[in-house]
Amino acid sequence: MTKIFTNDIKKVDLVVLGAGPAGVAAANVASKEGAEVVIIDENSSAGGQIYRAPPNEFKPQNSFKSDEFREGEKQRNILKNSNVKALFKHRVWSVSSDLVVSTVGPNGLSSWHARSLIIANGALERIIPFPGWTIPGVIGLAASTILLKSQYVLPGQSTVVAGCGPLLIAVANGIIKSGGKVSAIIDLNSKSDWIKAFPRLLSRPDQLFKGMSWFANIMKAGIKLYGGHAVTNTKQVDNVLRISIAPINSAGSILDSKNQKIVEGDCLAIGHGLFPSTEITRLLKAKHIYDPLKGGWVPLIDDDFRSSIPGVYIAGDATGISGAFSAVQKGRIAGMAAVRDLNVMSSQKYKAKIKSELIILKKNENFGKAAVRLMKFRPELIQTITSETIVCRCEDVFRSEIDEAIESGARDLNQLKAWTRCGMGPCQGRTCSEAIEAILASKVGSRELAGQWTGRTPLRPVPIEQIIGKYTYEDIPIPENAPL
Amino acid sequence: MFNFNKKTIFKYWGGKKSKQSLRVAGNRVVRQAFTTLTIDGCEIKAPVGEILAVTLFVNGKLTLKYSSRIKEPRGFFCLMGSCQECLVIVDGIILPACQVFVQEGTIVKTGINK
Repeated sequence: MTKIFTNDIKKVDLVVLGAGPAGVAAANVASKEGAEVVIIDENSSAGGQIYRAPPNEFKPQNSFKSDEFREGEKQRNILKNSNVKALFKHRVWSVSSDLVVSTVGPNGLSSWHARSLIIANGALERIIPFPGWTIPGVIGLAASTILLKSQYVLPGQSTVVAGCGPLLIAVANGIIKSGGKVSAIIDLNSKSDWIKAFPRLLSRPDQLFKGMSWFANIMKAGIKLYGGHAVTNTKQVDNVLRISIAPINSAGSILDSKNQKIVEGDCLAIGHGLFPSTEITRLLKAKHIYDPLKGGWVPLIDDDFRSSIPGVYIAGDATGISGAFSAVQKGRIAGMAAVRDLNVMSSQKYKAKIKSELIILKKNENFGKAAVRLMKFRPELIQTITSETIVCRCEDVFRSEIDEAIESGARDLNQLKAWTRCGMGPCQGRTCSEAIEAILASKVGSRELAGQWTGRTPLRPVPIEQIIGKYTYEDIPIPENAPL
Repeated sequence: MFNFNKKTIFKYWGGKKSKQSLRVAGNRVVRQAFTTLTIDGCEIKAPVGEILAVTLFVNGKLTLKYSSRIKEPRGFFCLMGSCQECLVIVDGIILPACQVFVQEGTIVKTGINK
């Protein structure tokens, strides 16, 4: 009973938010140095989205285990064999300025008061809207990878794969390898964009080779590839998606709107790159900078991954997109910096250990940066957001309403939110922030002037039933009557 | 693999003939246990542990809820707990279907905001 109405706050040296490659590395290194560490993740096991595990009840057959599956298993084992306390299926819905992390899990609420906090909440997928993007059957590229990797389910009978970056090739290849059909690939990047990325990709020849073999699979399957094209419209006609595409220039501007082609499928998997997740750092009012080569807004950090808030460290893609390999080093450095600042690790030991990490980080980051260039934001792609297109899915806010508000004088993102309700829904603006910021930036001059939404709790919606738990009348405390 | 009766298949594919299952065949992965859950009053067999949004999807339930203002159909979109477009009612609680896993006897209702 007491469990329901009181909410014990447990003290701990370090809380790590997110059990992807960066979070696991940070938690493990800090715990090895002797710190008491709690790691929290919404998923059922470690690995993040990149190494997302299949359900326990699924047994992948040996010959079909991918490199990613094996790497994920490795990380899950590292965590299992460590002293880190892992809380899975726990949603973090608040982080306060005195570093109290509030979660809701299978057993209700729990709170952790951290001396230090490492935020390793990764990235979100940017999807620039177009008419029809809200039709069921239009899904993210990241969602498609989860379907393929962790669920062994095809995104459609015949899928159109669109957008940019490594995920585009990974999804198309994943569908073919799983025995499915890709009806077309619509790539924002032209052939010359890929050629330009090539030298940097050579920093990880093993990964470049893997990417090329995926590409060869796609070519072998005879899939039509439209390079330098964007999806401009999607209509549903009897369970079939009729997808209009048009050529674009490198800034994302539609070159010839009359010369549109149509491709068809029952699923459209689309994604325009990844951007760092800043919801928690915004909530904590940390300083941020806008850096397109890091994927967008990133919290300001020093060389040891300290944010502008004392005791708060950032690791992995949340510091700027550079991929899963570099996330491990970012996590290790942040984890060691945190325990050094807690005086659990000596400065000397820290300095000695950090050297080798920095060398590997640089190499892996170079590879990651090439991938980021292939999914960099193209500001003029917002042309595909016509005035009748819904931009904010949660609150059904149309482009015309956004434009009208800007016309009437809304000059920053928060004002735009107050006037139109954009970004005010249950997703807290995670799905539409990139598009709305870009629309506003095109009018006010820059992303810096457009600003960011103020971070708000709850970070994730919390059902009231999960807060109050299961109780009966007997559980409700009735104070004794006052003496007459 | 599935014991759907004709009526169920008919309903879930919107009156169209059943197509090949989107679940990749068993030589890649063995789904060890199947169970029954109730989706909008229909009993559906599904692998234990599968993401509920995926179960709904492979059974042809693409529309999971309706949007708040103009009430247009919406389905799962991000599949990682971010976008909140796959909200359904699971045993009486509104939850994103991408964060719920198939368990025996779960009762699911779709169509919020209809």
